[in-house]
Amino acid sequence: MVSTVIPFGPQHPVLPEPVHFKLKIEDEKVVDAIPAVGFVHRGLECLVAKKDFVQMTQVVERVCGICSAMHGMCYCMGIEEMMGIEIPKKAAFLRTVWTELHRIHSHLLWFGLYADAFGFESLFMQFWKIREKIMDINEATAGSRVIISVNVIGGVKRDISPEHRQWILSTLDEVEEALRDLEKVVYEDYTIRKRTVGIGVLSKEKAYELGASGPMARGSGIDIDARSLGYAAFPDLDWEPIVEYGGDCFARAKVRFREMLQSIGLVRQAFQKMPRDEEIAVKVTGRPEGEVITRVEQPRGECLYYLKGNGSKNLDRCRIRTPSFANFPPIMSMLIGCRLADVPVIILSMDPCISCTER
Amino acid sequence: MDETVKNTKPQKRLKPSSDAFKQVREAKIGLIRKLIAKARIKSPWLLHFDCGSCNGCDIETLACLTPVYDIERFGIINVGNPKHADILLVTGTVNHRNKKVLKKLYDQMPDPKVVVAIGACALSGGIFRECDNVVGGVDRVIPVDVFVPGCPGKPEAIIDGVILGLQKFVQKQKGAKDGD
Repeated sequence: MVSTVIPFGPQHPVLPEPVHFKLKIEDEKVVDAIPAVGFVHRGLECLVAKKDFVQMTQVVERVCGICSAMHGMCYCMGIEEMMGIEIPKKAAFLRTVWTELHRIHSHLLWFGLYADAFGFESLFMQFWKIREKIMDINEATAGSRVIISVNVIGGVKRDISPEHRQWILSTLDEVEEALRDLEKVVYEDYTIRKRTVGIGVLSKEKAYELGASGPMARGSGIDIDARSLGYAAFPDLDWEPIVEYGGDCFARAKVRFREMLQSIGLVRQAFQKMPRDEEIAVKVTGRPEGEVITRVEQPRGECLYYLKGNGSKNLDRCRIRTPSFANFPPIMSMLIGCRLADVPVIILSMDPCISCTER
Repeated sequence: MDETVKNTKPQKRLKPSSDAFKQVREAKIGLIRKLIAKARIKSPWLLHFDCGSCNGCDIETLACLTPVYDIERFGIINVGNPKHADILLVTGTVNHRNKKVLKKLYDQMPDPKVVVAIGACALSGGIFRECDNVVGGVDRVIPVDVFVPGCPGKPEAIIDGVILGLQKFVQKQKGAKDGD
């Protein structure tokens, strides 16, 4: 049979980010997929030689704009562990609140793009309309919509006032109500089911073998969530990882939808259990020395930081492994054998973050 | 409407080689050109290219299209094909790999065209300007008409930048006409 090579990207309307796939097609089936990366590579890790360890917090937040709070938190946790700093309990709760808000906005953003991938324009608009409420919370509490930059080494920069707290809780109620309205569409709509159920199946064994992480692994029935390591305030909160067993695009969407509702609950719990004391950051003296590995759960999966300090103001190494990088091998295995029309849906079901992967 | 177009309707079919036929054709093409020129101002189409940004500016650009900011009220639509686009929105730093892609996209757009660079990275390289793989701002590769500051640029600022770009677009169109 004659095979054709179809390029997908680097500039493609489905994905706002530049990623390039060479899809080898026979008839309507994809027989081979070759990714070409490097369009967003900036060489961010080399900045450790030029910026000191405090300034690096701002740099790592710009690894990815969507999950910037998680990157900042992971880096700060690493430096704190290296320097033996215990952060105030309230700071841990505030970090939890902001990172969970980031998770909600990231998943809402993903749902919009996902609906757009199979041409459901009105659902895209609905999800992005809900997302603006979360962005308003970010802007009101941290002063910026996307890169909120609240983490510093030793705690957080800002506190959330009681009036804001009340307003956030009522906004989250509105968000939850809006999500409950859309729940039926996501779970039962004919078009969505037709385009996602049984598409891009990743079995549990394969997911484990290829090292999938985050909603990709949890959608295939693997109970893995880095939040259960117990960083920030998660040991004090009552929650469990969300697992679905379908392994297809529909199961991954379900995981993300349930996680949004769970995150709303986690923010409520965090506000309830937050200590009333005033201290939100401790003073940091000295310079980091030694090496450390920290892990946090991002919206896309597990993010790992390896930091090495040498006692000077610049770190020796800052190595970042992001969840999208781990999720590339499973997505390549899923693309082989699928129809050409399903390629955007399958690629989006992984929630690719190219700027994370390439840095 | 021109006299020539009005007069041609009841007459018998003209020979394609005749001068009258050429005149009519020119008049019709002129009218279509006028219409297109007006439509491009009233409904400019955007092409968005992420040129190595951290996603912050991209999601703010996309947020402009959604109900809260609703850039479509200016007749603006986001398209994927550079040959359909009038305004190019670029976010992020230029690096050694994507500078060719950016140049190609710019060259494929029809004249007149406007480039809007969004965010600190697109202006100068931002926080990444010291990185080894970064060339610098967008203006190192293609001419830029409007710069939108911010890290990331706010949706309000982006809409403002696009409207400023639109004014430049009108100027460029007039300039092109005078040049003919």
